[in-house]
Amino acid sequence: MADFLQLLISGLATGAIYALAAIGFTLLWQTSQTINFAQGEFVMLPAFFALVAMTWLGLPFAVAVVIAIVCSMLVLGLMFKVVVVQPLIKQGVLPLVISTIALSVLLKEGVKDVYSAEAQPFPTLFPDVTLSVAGVAVSLAQVGVLVVAFGTIVALQWFLGATRIGRQMQATAQNPTVARILGVPVERMILYTFLINAVLAAMASILISPIYLAKFSNGESLGLAAFVAAIVGGFNQVRGAIVGGLLIGVVDNLAAAYVSTSYRQAVPLILLVAIILFRPQGLLGRREERAV
Amino acid sequence: MISPRLAWLLVALGALMLVLAPIDLTGIGIPYPGLKRYGTYIMTLWLVTAIAAMGVNLIVGYAGLETLAQAAFVGIGAYVTALMVKAGWPFGLAFLASGVAAFAVGIMLGFPALRVRKHYLAFVTLAFSVLAWLVFRNEQWLTGGVMGIGDISRPTLFGHTLRRHVDFYWFVLAITAVLTFALWWIIRSPWGRAFTALRENPIRAESLGVDVRLYTLLAFAIGSAYGGLAGSLYAPLVEFIDPNPFALGPSLLFMLMVVVGGAGRFAGPFVGAAVAVLLPEWLRFAEGFYLLIYAVLVMTMMAFCPTGIMGLAERLLPARRRPTAAATAPLLGEAKP
Repeated sequence: MADFLQLLISGLATGAIYALAAIGFTLLWQTSQTINFAQGEFVMLPAFFALVAMTWLGLPFAVAVVIAIVCSMLVLGLMFKVVVVQPLIKQGVLPLVISTIALSVLLKEGVKDVYSAEAQPFPTLFPDVTLSVAGVAVSLAQVGVLVVAFGTIVALQWFLGATRIGRQMQATAQNPTVARILGVPVERMILYTFLINAVLAAMASILISPIYLAKFSNGESLGLAAFVAAIVGGFNQVRGAIVGGLLIGVVDNLAAAYVSTSYRQAVPLILLVAIILFRPQGLLGRREERAV
Repeated sequence: MISPRLAWLLVALGALMLVLAPIDLTGIGIPYPGLKRYGTYIMTLWLVTAIAAMGVNLIVGYAGLETLAQAAFVGIGAYVTALMVKAGWPFGLAFLASGVAAFAVGIMLGFPALRVRKHYLAFVTLAFSVLAWLVFRNEQWLTGGVMGIGDISRPTLFGHTLRRHVDFYWFVLAITAVLTFALWWIIRSPWGRAFTALRENPIRAESLGVDVRLYTLLAFAIGSAYGGLAGSLYAPLVEFIDPNPFALGPSLLFMLMVVVGGAGRFAGPFVGAAVAVLLPEWLRFAEGFYLLIYAVLVMTMMAFCPTGIMGLAERLLPARRRPTAAATAPLLGEAKP
């Protein structure tokens, strides 16, 4: 039982990180019909911004984290929107998908060629202390990850639900035409979505890199996890992405312990296929009436 | 476009050049030394890649679906062939079995996905792609795991071994020709017209009596079978297979290749495969940066010419548009009802 609780907590910790990436993924889909196949690389890259700031510029870790977040807002938010998505939005979904696949190759190879092909150790935000609570060993780092990730999610939910800009963003996601008629600056709201996605990716990157090390190829598994989490939870719901992310994190961890380590990756995928077959709108999703 | 007679002439000329590519022609007064061993190998790899890409083109370009699992189907073909040849079965049988296996898996994969909604096929293929790779990697007793399977012998034809690179190249060239012709025939047949109708307007197609589910499934399964057949040729070409070339990444690259070449254009897969396989060899000086250049080119192309290189060529060539039945007719996929 103690083992199970330990696995559950560490699963929730990684799951919360997946949820961050998955939320960004669904937000992009909702507001601009962008299926971002580079989302995993978006989570991989900010850690390297921080590493560059620390090793090349010799800055302290805290400053490097801020730089990483700002750089990813500029590169993965603004530049991604203006240079990659904007020219393609009229061409339809498929060219945009192809373009983001190419972007994922670009980011992966770019990091490999410019920085390093080796896995890089990454400093952790939290002290690596293990507490023992009622016989269950709890790592403080994992609790820290959970707290930061949930803090981010709560802040985002508050922003989307309680602020004027947040509600305008929701209106844009639900029906851009009506939103425009009602005077919502749709273009700016879409840009905000991209910036929020970049911040979420940067947070996820800084939280996950101490666990998995920072490596150029990390995006493959991270992107897959975010993708699966988004679909399992419900493609059109932020809540769904949160549930999906946590579920995938926990299922992945339990599968590694109780099913088989070599097939741990398979379990979330089988879950994905089952969801598509029996509940295609996702666990929390609404049925979409949009003709595809 | 060009007239049908000229198109046939160009195809014949192209075929002749491909047949003669590895031969030293200096003996008959033409200053062409012929391809070396490695060059012939790369050309064979190009043909094999093009076969798999033709399958993707049928699925993506003609039927308007998405597949992110072609490398997995190539893997299925490669492993089936490797295991059967190792067990002493003749190559011809292994080749057919590879195609049938990929076709069957394609049906099994497409059926449940299409039961729900067309769009979800892409997600299911993505999951399948990773699952297949896990099986290739983990089932050591069957696939050799990460160590792979080595010493896959090349086939013999009428008692004549195809061990030499040149012989195997001609063998693959002949098979490519047959498969190309088969696909051309499929696309021209009522089946193919139905595929195109599905892409252009599924609701109208259904109202005209096209069984949408059946044809979508068939397009997907035939395209996947082309992947399996390509894999069957890949195994004896490289003579060693491991799980890496059949992972998710290569599957995505197949998708890129077809769109870069020109999805829905008959010659698109050949052009796309050339860009993916031959171009890196000429750009050796760029080394690791080749993929960077490639990625930027793809993104630029998607922004300005999402119809790919063939679409660009059509735009640049003098526009005497006339859809012809010639093998090279790149407009075929576009023919509107």
